[in-house]
Amino acid sequence: MNLGQSIIEAIESLNANKMRSSLTILGIVIGVAAVIAMLAVGNGAQNTITGSISGLGSNLLFVFRGGTNEEVRNPKPLTVADAEAIADPFQAPSVAMVAPAISGNAEITFSGEKTNTQIYGITPEYELVRNYELLEGEFITNQHLLGRASVVLLGPEVADKLFDRRDGVTGETIRIEGQPFRVLGVLAPKGGSSFGSEDNVVLVPFSTAQTRLIRRQSDRVDLILVQAASADTVTQATDEISQILRARHRVELGADDFTIFSQQDFVQTAQSITNVLTIFLGGIAGISLLVGGIGIMNIMLVSVTERTREIGLRKAIGARKKDILIQFLTESSLLSMFGGLIGIGLGWLIAFVVGQIAAASGTELIPDVGIDAILLATLFSTAVGLFFGIYPANRAANLQPVEALRHE
Amino acid sequence: MSDWVIETKDLRKIYQMGEIEVRALDGVDIQIERGSVVSIMGPSGSGKSTLMNLLGCLDRPTAGEYILDGERVAKMKDDQLADVRNRKVGFVFQSFNLLSRQSALSNVELPLRYAGASKNRREKAIEALTAVGLGDRVDHRPTELSGGQQQRVAIARALINDPAIIMADEPTGNLDSKSGAEIMELILSLNKTLKTTIIIVTHDANVAKQTQRIIRLKDGKVVGVEENL
Repeated sequence: MNLGQSIIEAIESLNANKMRSSLTILGIVIGVAAVIAMLAVGNGAQNTITGSISGLGSNLLFVFRGGTNEEVRNPKPLTVADAEAIADPFQAPSVAMVAPAISGNAEITFSGEKTNTQIYGITPEYELVRNYELLEGEFITNQHLLGRASVVLLGPEVADKLFDRRDGVTGETIRIEGQPFRVLGVLAPKGGSSFGSEDNVVLVPFSTAQTRLIRRQSDRVDLILVQAASADTVTQATDEISQILRARHRVELGADDFTIFSQQDFVQTAQSITNVLTIFLGGIAGISLLVGGIGIMNIMLVSVTERTREIGLRKAIGARKKDILIQFLTESSLLSMFGGLIGIGLGWLIAFVVGQIAAASGTELIPDVGIDAILLATLFSTAVGLFFGIYPANRAANLQPVEALRHE
Repeated sequence: MSDWVIETKDLRKIYQMGEIEVRALDGVDIQIERGSVVSIMGPSGSGKSTLMNLLGCLDRPTAGEYILDGERVAKMKDDQLADVRNRKVGFVFQSFNLLSRQSALSNVELPLRYAGASKNRREKAIEALTAVGLGDRVDHRPTELSGGQQQRVAIARALINDPAIIMADEPTGNLDSKSGAEIMELILSLNKTLKTTIIIVTHDANVAKQTQRIIRLKDGKVVGVEENL
């Protein structure tokens, strides 16, 4: 018997028990769909998170005050002078740009609308380092900085809250902590990130913030953003910054009183978390595939018992062991293959729906159904069909014709 | 060379039922001529089913020699036996044993499929069905046929590979007397035209009477051979 005939016969025989076959297929459909959907959502989540971290800016290093691991007593604050030292190309050749910033919370009002938001006092470098883009208006410049100008860049969410729109707001005057500020422009949305919404912020010139909004002692800064010259020099830049700050803070011995985070650190942390999540979800989904496989085995065993006489007859007229084995294996693999194909479609649909729900609730999550997931699911489900079909098929193939024919 | 299509020497089949040893066949020597019609009779428990299973190559003897159409089959492996059954033996069962989901045509074709023959399967099957008088029922399913017609399909299936012997196990047992008589008539006429050796296992004396020779079994031994003239 050739393969084509076996497949036709298997389809005929599965067709004869439509209800039973479709229920068995359903088990595999659910398993495969779950695996596909979970992997897709997991991949989507990973893409979103790593994407939003990359959106923070390229080759970015964050310098904070205070140590990470050990308690450091009396950590020295970061200052503008620290930032200038890091910007010195002789001391830190791997550093391309340095942007000190101070931040705080502020209440912003515009004709009765009120919102609380994060306010950053920044230098023009900050806009470059963070890859900010504008929907309209212009960036904060050195002129604004020198003149301590009362100008502000609005994040898109802030613009939404105050104006209910994102365009045509340049030139309006809003109040921050009661003081009037002219709107200089609106930032392009960056999406949510692990640090909360990147869009619910306002940016003002560093000097303005320092003197009028966020009062800081002398020239303290809360955060220094550093852009390394290239992706390859991030590690070098980290070392150079550490050297400079250790020297300036006199902590050459013992624990550092500052922390340097690179964007890669964030991405790696996020990736390892989402990987664990994806494996966990996929594992749970895999269990349902396994259960589907056991369903196949169950039905095939019933089928073998039911068709014992048929098997006996087939053997009597010359079917070899191999023929019977192939017949039943074809049936079980067809079951799982159909289930796999339908499951891929259904999983895709589920992933799509999850993406839509996420989008509707304001989170950017584009499920990613990869070719690898499809291949994996197809291979795995067919393997499940084969594996769980082997035992029943073997049982059928090893029936003795005399006994099989006598079976009622 | 004799023209015996079946020759057994001291054929034995012993079943071990726990402690007890059951000698289903206890030294059977028979020879059956090519082209003859032979019936095997005996009370239940006489070993005639066991003998049929052995002669039909469905089972192996515990001891003894069996030569079917020039092949020593007593010690063959399962797959070799399957091959011998496919080429040399046609079966006709009391309960027809047709595949109910498939048409008469595919039922008849089935042995050809296992033989690996791909050419002219359909033509051969139609030819065989025509030979048993069912040329107009080719696409009917067994459930749409009467008992006599189903047995005709089974006979067509037995004939399809041009076997050396046809083993018929109570071929008229499930039929009313009229269609039973027709089936016997068909079997005998096929024997005349095709010269196929036919072995009928039966306990119906009327059936046995129509065969050329009756082999009587009792307690696993041949107790008598009658020639019908």
